[in-house]
This record gives sequence, C-alpha cells and structure tokens, in this order.
Amino acid sequence: MSILKSSPNIFRKRLLPYFYLSPTILLMLILMLLPIVMVIGYSFMDNVIMNKDPQFAGIDNYLEILTDKNFHQSVKNTFLFTVASVIFHMIIGLTFAMLLNTKRIHPSIRSLFRVIYVLPWVFTAAIIAILWRLLLNPNGIINYFLEQLGIISQKIEWLGSRNTALYALIFINIWSGYPFYMVSLLAGLQGISVDLYEAAEVDGANPVQRFVYITIPQLKPIIVSMAMLDCIWTMQQFTLVWMTTGGGPIRATEMLSTYTYKLAFSKYQFSLASASAVIILLFSMLLAFVYVRTQKARD
Amino acid sequence: MKKNLLRVLLAAVVLTTSILTGIAPVFAQETVTLEFSQWWEPELPAGAFRAIIDRFEAANPGIKVELVSGPYSSTREQVVAGAATGTMSDVVGLDGAWVNDFVKQGAIADLSALIAEANYDDSQLASQIQLNGATYMIPVVNFVYPVFINDDLLSAAEIESAPSNRTEFAEAAKALTSSENNVSGWVLPLSLEAPNGIQNDVMSWVWASGKSMLKDGQPDLTNDDVKSAVEYIKALYDDGLIAPGAFTMKEQDKVEEFTNGRVGMMIDTLAHINLIRERNPEMNFSLAPVPAADDYEGTRGLPYASWGIGIAENSEHKAEAWKLVEFLMSEEINSELATIANAFPGNVNSEPDLSGSDPLFTDAFEIYKTIYPANEFVGLPVAEDLMRTFDEEFQLLLEGDQTVDEALANAQAAWEKEF
Repeated sequence: MSILKSSPNIFRKRLLPYFYLSPTILLMLILMLLPIVMVIGYSFMDNVIMNKDPQFAGIDNYLEILTDKNFHQSVKNTFLFTVASVIFHMIIGLTFAMLLNTKRIHPSIRSLFRVIYVLPWVFTAAIIAILWRLLLNPNGIINYFLEQLGIISQKIEWLGSRNTALYALIFINIWSGYPFYMVSLLAGLQGISVDLYEAAEVDGANPVQRFVYITIPQLKPIIVSMAMLDCIWTMQQFTLVWMTTGGGPIRATEMLSTYTYKLAFSKYQFSLASASAVIILLFSMLLAFVYVRTQKARD
Repeated sequence: MKKNLLRVLLAAVVLTTSILTGIAPVFAQETVTLEFSQWWEPELPAGAFRAIIDRFEAANPGIKVELVSGPYSSTREQVVAGAATGTMSDVVGLDGAWVNDFVKQGAIADLSALIAEANYDDSQLASQIQLNGATYMIPVVNFVYPVFINDDLLSAAEIESAPSNRTEFAEAAKALTSSENNVSGWVLPLSLEAPNGIQNDVMSWVWASGKSMLKDGQPDLTNDDVKSAVEYIKALYDDGLIAPGAFTMKEQDKVEEFTNGRVGMMIDTLAHINLIRERNPEMNFSLAPVPAADDYEGTRGLPYASWGIGIAENSEHKAEAWKLVEFLMSEEINSELATIANAFPGNVNSEPDLSGSDPLFTDAFEIYKTIYPANEFVGLPVAEDLMRTFDEEFQLLLEGDQTVDEALANAQAAWEKEF
C-alpha cells in the first residue's frame, strides 16, 4: 500500500528536473535539431524550395557534390586555410601570451600591449575584410611600403592574383583570430604554479627545457581544446572569405562555405546546397567528436 | 443591493463585449497593412521615400504601408528566403535578374491580371518585364550606365574629345595610362562576390554596338559580336590599360579608383555622380555613351539597372498592393521619385526635374534620349550565376589559361545547362 502511495511521488520527483529543463530542451529542439533535420531531409530531395513538389532523389545530390571538381578545390582550399590558420593562431597566440606574462616588462607596458594585441579580435569580420582590402589594394599602403623599401619593384595584386590570394586570406584570418588564443593561453599561463618553475630551476633546467617540460604540458588541455574549436570555426569561415575575395580569383579562395552559399543563393540549388552543408556538418561533427573525447579523457 | 450592483456590472461587461466584438471586425476589415520590402529607402535622402509613402496612405485611408528596408544584398536574400517560405512581403522591390527564378518558384504574382482587373492603361509604362507573355515586374525608375571620363586627365593626355568608338577608346586609354602617375586608362571590376561587372562593364560593349549575347532567347556567346567585344577587352588588358586588381574589384572599388584620379574612364551608374562630387569636388568629369564598334552607325544600347516592383503571390491584399504600384507609377510621383533618385522615370509621361540637380544629369538625359536601355540579363534564369560563370571563364582568359574561343565555348556550355 505504501509503495503504491509513494510511486506517484517518485515519478513526479524524477520528472520534475525535466519539467524545469523543458523550456531549454524545447528551444534546442526547435532552433537546433529541427533545422538540422530539415536540411538533412532536403539533401535527399530533388530541388526543394524552387520545386513545388520535390521528389525523393536518394543520394544523387551527394554524388553530384562529391564528383564536382569545384567541390574538390573547395575542400583542398578549406583544408589548407584551416590547418595554416590554426597552427599560426597557436604559435602567435602563445608567443604573445608569453610576452605578456613575462615579469621582465613593466606591468603598465604589459597592459598597453595587452590592449594592442587584442585589438584584431574586437573588429567584426566585415570591418576586417574592408580594412585588409584597403591595405592590400594594389595601390594600398602595404605595396607602398614594400616599394619604398625596395622589396618589390611592381605592385602586387595580393587578393587579385591566383598565386597570392589564398595566402593573403590565410594571413588576414591569422591576424584576426590569434587574440582568442592569446587571451586564453595567458589565463592558462597565469594559472601555472611558480613552484614548478622554481623546482626546475633548482634542478638546473634551462628556459627551453622549462618551456618544453612545464609550460607546454600544463597548457596542453587548453591548447587541444582551442585547436579543436578553432578548426571547427575556421572551417566554417564565410564572411571574411566572401567579403574579401568572393571565392575568387578563379576559385583560388573557394571554401566549402562559399561553395555552399553560391549553390543556394546564386544557383538556387537548395538541395545540392543542403547536401554540401551536411558534408560540412559531418566534418564538423568529426572534429566535435574528437574534442569531446579529449575533454572526457582530461576529466 | 450587492446582487443588483453585480447584475448591472455583468450586464455592462456583456454589452461592452458584444459591441466591441461586433465592431472589431469592421475596423479589421477597413485597415489593411501592406509590407513593402525594398532597398530603395536607404539609397534615397533620409525620410524622402517615407514621405512619398505617407502621401499614399493619406490618399488611401484604409491602407497602411510598412516599409521593410535594407541594403540591396540583404533585401535580395530576404526576398529569396521569403519566396522559399511563402512569407514574402506583399509588395517587393525587384531586380530584373531575379524575376525568372521567382516566377519559376511561383513567388511573384502575374501583374497582367491585376492590370486588367484595375483597368489600368499600361501604355504609360516605359517597360514591363514579361515571361511567357505575362508581366511580373515593372521598372519604377531606371539607372543607365554611361562612360564617366576624367576630363582633367583627358586634357593632360592631350585627348580633345570623348572617345566614341573602340579605336578611339583604346587610344584614349593608352594616352591616359601612366605608371609614373599611377593612372590607368580604364577600370574593370570582376569580383566573383558581385559579378555584375560582366553585365555593366563587359557585355555593355556588345550592346553598345546594337548586338546581342542571345539568339531566340537562348545563349549565343560564341557569336562574332560577343567574340569581338571580348577580344577587344582582352587586348586592353594585355596592353596594361586596365587598372590593377580587376579580379577582386567590386563596383564600389571602381568608383573609388575613379574618384581618386587613378583611372581615366569607367562605365558606371548615374547614381554615383553625387558621391563622386562629394568625395572629390575638385575633379572635372563628363559622361559619354559606351563606345561602339568602329563600323557601327545605328542606335546604341546602354546598360541599365532598375528599381523594379512586383507583388507577392502569397499576398492576401493584391488589390491594395496594386494601388501602391499604381501610385508609384503615376506621372507625378514617378517624376518625383526619379528626381530624388537621380534616375530616369518608368512612366513615359514623367520627366525628372533636372533644374536643381547636377548639370551632368541633363547631359545624361540627352544621352538617354539617343540610346535604348539594354540589359539582356533581365529575365534570364539564375542571372547572377550566369554572370559569375562567365566571369570565371573571362578571368581564365585574361590570365592566359585559355583562348577567347575556349572561354566563350565554356561559358556557352555552362549557360546552356541553365536555360
């Protein structure tokens, strides 16, 4: 009798947390899961939205995307763009973080440089694109200085030439993204116990050894997490690419994001664009999976 | 006593409710709110477009207009999304390049039916964008794209008059180009983000000679006229007469280069005259039609862009929406709109008031009278993508990766897939 009486209470107690969570769950279902499911559904239909009565097309859209040479070019560019950006973000971010963490510089100067170094991060992608388009213009200030210094003899079309556009774009992305690493790694550096360095010094470790055997292992969890997140974010970078080069010249800077955008909003091939978006989602999920695994291993 | 008071209160509530519920639908039926999404309001002087709409509201007491304004590119995305989801605004600002795709989607209404229903005299419309014999877009005002010439640079280069044919243009471009002074003869924006340079700066050379890139409504890019125009531009590029950075240059960069005196000539919209004057008041510049082929004597085509208007198929207030279209196309309002937009009217009876405007607009109006507006991308399927595809092949040609014949054959093959 007592069991029967208490079971509704237990049931209610178990359900209560879900009840409190229900607004968030509902929002996540509507704003995240539903659009993803819809896009996946679209990717298996013949052209949705433009076609009033779309039919199931199986994996045709995926086959078309995967055999498109422009898609291959986009994957290649995105890979190079992402890997180079992440590596240089890390190197520059760590270098600047260590500079800002050193006790040899006066605190007020450190604060000043902290503000200067973090500046690229406060600009929106649109501002960064306009800024660098002006700087890298054939008649821009960068060519002017290089000419004045005698480094170049004629104007370089940094964003307008197939030979330099992708590297120029990677440079812009590195410039705009390193402060995120710098700020996070600086916080990590400040959390490393001084005792470790003192003990290493007593043991006769030189600065390089202290960096390799203390700093890097201590920062490793932050570095791995940030590298994973940066991979996902950089892979999806759209605004900067679109506003600086639009994927050109001649697809030299075509990324998965611009390729997908053009399919949807230029060709109005929404099903193909959905298939391309699902492929990007799979890449991102793979990285997210690695990220979650490393986080779990750390815990 | 209390019971009586309660009864009176209850009766009052019931009476008020019944009156209100009886009246409410009457009000609801009388006031119709139209949503009008366009990119025009931000491009006009502050408050000018709203003032015109306020006059429409005053003349049509039962209709309110809510303006949904944004830049051109975001309006386009908004309209595409609205067309996809069936939530398009009642009245939409349209570019001719979008029409074909929206018609295919069934997103925009057949205006011919509304014109007939309203007994509207459509002979007063300068043009109508039609597909399969039905009108889907009406150009409200038109912006033509003549050649802008920096007169200071031209006289410094000892060129006496504006070039009128291709040979003269090439000679002028050569005389203007000076690496010492950092000046190029001509500027050609070929950015893939906004590939309208193909329409305004490349195909305009074909249209200027009265020729076409289409045959019976199908792509005909390999014809001699297109080939000759493309060869001509390629020669200008090879001779170093085109400003550097063409492959990622956008329209605003082109204007910037011209305004800063780094370019002698550019093909551009009249809408930028004020901007150039503001940025560089010292500069003297003039306008001329786009040069034609040397042996061409006929009427020249001049590229144009329109602020077009259409009505959403999903609109529940098509009759009211048509009233707004009719209002904007009326002789008086269309004249006013053309005047404040520095454009040419879409109503044949309207005349822009040029008395207070830049003298160059008077010159432009004179040019406008001698040419025919040409834009063959209007009404084509995935028009922007056609421009982008051509742009990519054109860039490969300029880079020397393929011949003119190969570039045109590749573009032709890509275009044929879309038709």
